[in-house]
Amino acid sequence: MYQEDTISAIATAVGDGGIGIIRLSGPESINYVNQIFRSASGKNTNELPSHFATYGYIIDPVSGVTVDEVLLLIMKKPRSYTREDVVEIHCHGGPMPLKRILELTLKAGARLAEPGEFTKRAFLNGRIDLSQAEAVIDIIRAKTDISLKMSVSHLSGVLSEKINDFRHELLRLIAHLEAAIDFPEDDIDEIAAKDVEKSVLDLSGELETMISTAQTGRILKDGLKTVIIGKPNVGKSSLLNSLLRETRAIVTDIPGTTRDIIEEYANIGGIPLRIIDTAGIRDTNDLVERIGVEKAWEMLDQADIVLFILDASLPLSEDDQKILSLIKNRKAIVLVNKSDLPEVIDMPEILKYVHDKPVINISALKGTGLDELSKAINEMVFSGQVKGSEGSFVSNVRHVNILEETKRSLCEVINTINAGMSPDFIVIDLRAAWQRLGEITGETVGEDIIDQIFSQFCIGK
Amino acid sequence: MYVAGTYDVVIVGAGHAGCEAALAAARMGCRTLLATLNMDNIAMMPCNPAVGGPAKGHLVREIDALGGEMGINTDKACIQIRMLNTGKGPAVHALRAQTDKKVYQNLMKNTLENQQNLVVKQLLIDKILMNNSVVEGIETENGEVYLSKCVVIATGTYLKGRIILGEVAFDGGPNGQRSATKLSKSLLENGISLMRFKTGTPARVDRNTVDFSKMRIQPGDDQTHNFSFMSDIDTRQQVPCWLTYTNSKTHQIIRDNLHRAPLYMGIIEGTGPRYCPSIEDKVVRFQEKEAHQLFIEPEGLDTTEMYVQGMSTSLPVEVQYAFLRTIPGLENVEIMRPGYAIEYDCVDPLQLKATLEFKNIAGLFSAGQANGTSGYEEAAAQGLVAGINAALLVKNLPGLILGRSEAYIGVLIDDLVTKGTTEPYRIMTSRAEYRLILRQDNADLRLTEKGRLVGLVDDERFQRFCQKKLGIESTLKLLAETLVSPTPEMQTIMRTMGTAELRTGSSLYDLLRRTELNYDRLSQHFSLPDIPGNVSEQVEVTIKYEGYIKKQLAEVERAAKLEAKLLPPNIDYDKISGLSQEARQKLTKIRPLSVGQATRISGVSPADISILLVYLEQQRRMEL
Repeated sequence: MYQEDTISAIATAVGDGGIGIIRLSGPESINYVNQIFRSASGKNTNELPSHFATYGYIIDPVSGVTVDEVLLLIMKKPRSYTREDVVEIHCHGGPMPLKRILELTLKAGARLAEPGEFTKRAFLNGRIDLSQAEAVIDIIRAKTDISLKMSVSHLSGVLSEKINDFRHELLRLIAHLEAAIDFPEDDIDEIAAKDVEKSVLDLSGELETMISTAQTGRILKDGLKTVIIGKPNVGKSSLLNSLLRETRAIVTDIPGTTRDIIEEYANIGGIPLRIIDTAGIRDTNDLVERIGVEKAWEMLDQADIVLFILDASLPLSEDDQKILSLIKNRKAIVLVNKSDLPEVIDMPEILKYVHDKPVINISALKGTGLDELSKAINEMVFSGQVKGSEGSFVSNVRHVNILEETKRSLCEVINTINAGMSPDFIVIDLRAAWQRLGEITGETVGEDIIDQIFSQFCIGK
Repeated sequence: MYVAGTYDVVIVGAGHAGCEAALAAARMGCRTLLATLNMDNIAMMPCNPAVGGPAKGHLVREIDALGGEMGINTDKACIQIRMLNTGKGPAVHALRAQTDKKVYQNLMKNTLENQQNLVVKQLLIDKILMNNSVVEGIETENGEVYLSKCVVIATGTYLKGRIILGEVAFDGGPNGQRSATKLSKSLLENGISLMRFKTGTPARVDRNTVDFSKMRIQPGDDQTHNFSFMSDIDTRQQVPCWLTYTNSKTHQIIRDNLHRAPLYMGIIEGTGPRYCPSIEDKVVRFQEKEAHQLFIEPEGLDTTEMYVQGMSTSLPVEVQYAFLRTIPGLENVEIMRPGYAIEYDCVDPLQLKATLEFKNIAGLFSAGQANGTSGYEEAAAQGLVAGINAALLVKNLPGLILGRSEAYIGVLIDDLVTKGTTEPYRIMTSRAEYRLILRQDNADLRLTEKGRLVGLVDDERFQRFCQKKLGIESTLKLLAETLVSPTPEMQTIMRTMGTAELRTGSSLYDLLRRTELNYDRLSQHFSLPDIPGNVSEQVEVTIKYEGYIKKQLAEVERAAKLEAKLLPPNIDYDKISGLSQEARQKLTKIRPLSVGQATRISGVSPADISILLVYLEQQRRMEL
């Protein structure tokens, strides 16, 4: 259940902050950090004293490039949060350095911590004892009891309600089949294999839908990766700002101001977006800007959803058309910005390119059209059109796994029926499906329950 | 105090539980006393004249595999045998025998009387003697005391038994017997909590007054079967049962007389079994059903009494007459014994360990209907386990506990001691999670070695078992090693056997997976040894259902992880913060042996289980 390996995670809140912390815990944490840290004094990491801060640099061991200047804090066991060897790397805030340093620790050999894994280790190693850990228990109670009572009205509540419906139907089928098995001489109406098959196929279909809903659940937790793209100076950063309702990105009217990727979190109609603002896309000779443009293309590939911005006050350019063709097969919303200015752009021409994608008139500066945008995003997420990408912070994989396992069991049921097997064989996989689904609602207990429980904690606590 | 004798084990009651318990303890070398309140009614079948059926037949096979008596006795007393569910998979094939009740009783009595180390006496027990939570013996109604290291309560429906028939009710046991009126008090005084259950039986009618021409005959199977792995009976005289149906007239009479039904008059306090309802209950609960089936079954060869299966009732006798006579074939029926309901005290099984010993009283065991079950087979299974464990306790050896993945007996006892029961408990195949593994055909492979280990399986049985096991293993090996390739000659053989041609090289093992092939078919074309039917049966089941069996074994393994997390016996649940109040109480009362068992306790939520797991993990680390 528990592996004594070394884990690593970003310990500070996501988003910009003055300082960010990457934390490692486990027997190899000092060794791993030794591969990427160079102290200013030239001392080997292994020789650094415990519970002292050391100034130095994080260096990519492959390229030799300095990633950030940092303070290193080593806390040797058992005097640490987890009672294991812990290393904290205090670097500059902001997603980029944090992410890169985290990646380097992972490359060095650490495993990305599961959500709540530091707390779990602290707990299991007796750092917090049970009597002190009322809060922890409260969370255990709340988490598992909630799923039982469906007391929450958000998506997971809806989910467990649906799962209970499924289990009810499975139980009905099982009971019918079992009755005929246990009471062969009673005149019980035996349910026909055909009827079982039909019910199971129906369930299987609904399960498929539910798997995509579960992914929506994950989006709600981790944020939908949203990439804003468009030519320079169409108002990408303005849009980002009005979404954030505060100024983050530098907004000027000089084309090419945003030279790096800006990542922000915003909550649009209840859906958290991880918004990535990109450099304006155009052919450019400016080296720095060109890197930005290349990155923008890269980001496009990883996006869950693309917001493509056009300038209503300018005619459709070649660059615009290029982007339109690029986003043809992606989930995208076309935003026609600067709708407060006289319209020059050829709208029918756009509609020709965008196919079925929503087109919304906005004014990023005046904040108009944002409600429509919010509605369009909601639509995409809840209709299951948009599916979250495999982010490294996925926390609800377990549910999806169980749903998929259940689906496999139902497939087996169909195979068994098609092979002409008798009801007692059909029941085997029906029961397995029923059992697995119960692990989501908390009515049946899987062996991995403790891992489930601790995964409910926030990462790096 | 007059001490009339000193024993290792005393069994109170000589029904199906008591008989198995007594034989097991005596065969394991303990000086054993079996106390019955009537020497003429040992191993009596007070209800239906049948043994076996789905899950129940499995239990009988398991009892036999462990070295118990019920299977052998049934085979000898059998007057009709049927394998039920043959249209379904091997896991739910179920053997069911009609027996001659008197023959069954006499055979069992004879076996008991001739058993070394065993004394059978007619005694009515009033008291269980205890000192400091340790059992010391029993005291009879005449004041005789029998001292004993272990006592097994196997009192069936006799504890404060009360017969109810229409407006009439009186103290008594089944079939006009006495009941044990004082023993309940003695149990209560010793801190044992009791429940009150109810069961019933239909009328017995005179076969000379039944018109069988209006009923459908239900004969036994052409090919005979045996329960016991030791029985070699290959032909037996069989008598048929008869099927007929109730109709709207029957139902109307019952409805018109509901005000006279003890069940609806509030006379019956005890909880009855849902799956074996009385006819008045069926008519009320399933009003839309136009007819209920009933079987007329012989009670024996030397009697004209017949059992009316499906018509259990406690309505007054004249009402019984009225509704029976509406049924085709029973128009002129004479009742020889009327149906009746019986209420009785039984032990709340949550007070028991999985060995069936009381948690709080060393040496005191309880088994059978006295633990809230119903059925001869359920009783016998518990009797056997209680007898074995009493003997093991006398010898200072660890107890025998069968797991849910090992035996229906394990499922039965785990259900009783973990979940308890609120109605007379009946075993069903659907109660078993791993049905495909717990087949009636492999009960010996699952349990005979365990029976041998505790000293209940004699040499003859063990040799037979080893031979069979060896036969299965060597045949499986041979089949896997015999390879066939798609030569023209081989394809001809395939066509002759009526199966698809080979596409690639294959083994006979793989060929046997094909539905249309069996061992006999294969041995007609390949040089395979002649093996007994019970060996080829195992070989075929093993190969044909391999995929499903593997799947179940994987499930067993999954569950085994929680079963393997043992809860220390001295664990103080009050000291574990975070447990819900209900979980705390239940865990303290039931004291599960493992986290796996704890998960099956109602009222213990997954959150409580998580907290237990966390607690265990912390304890483990503290010890490191």
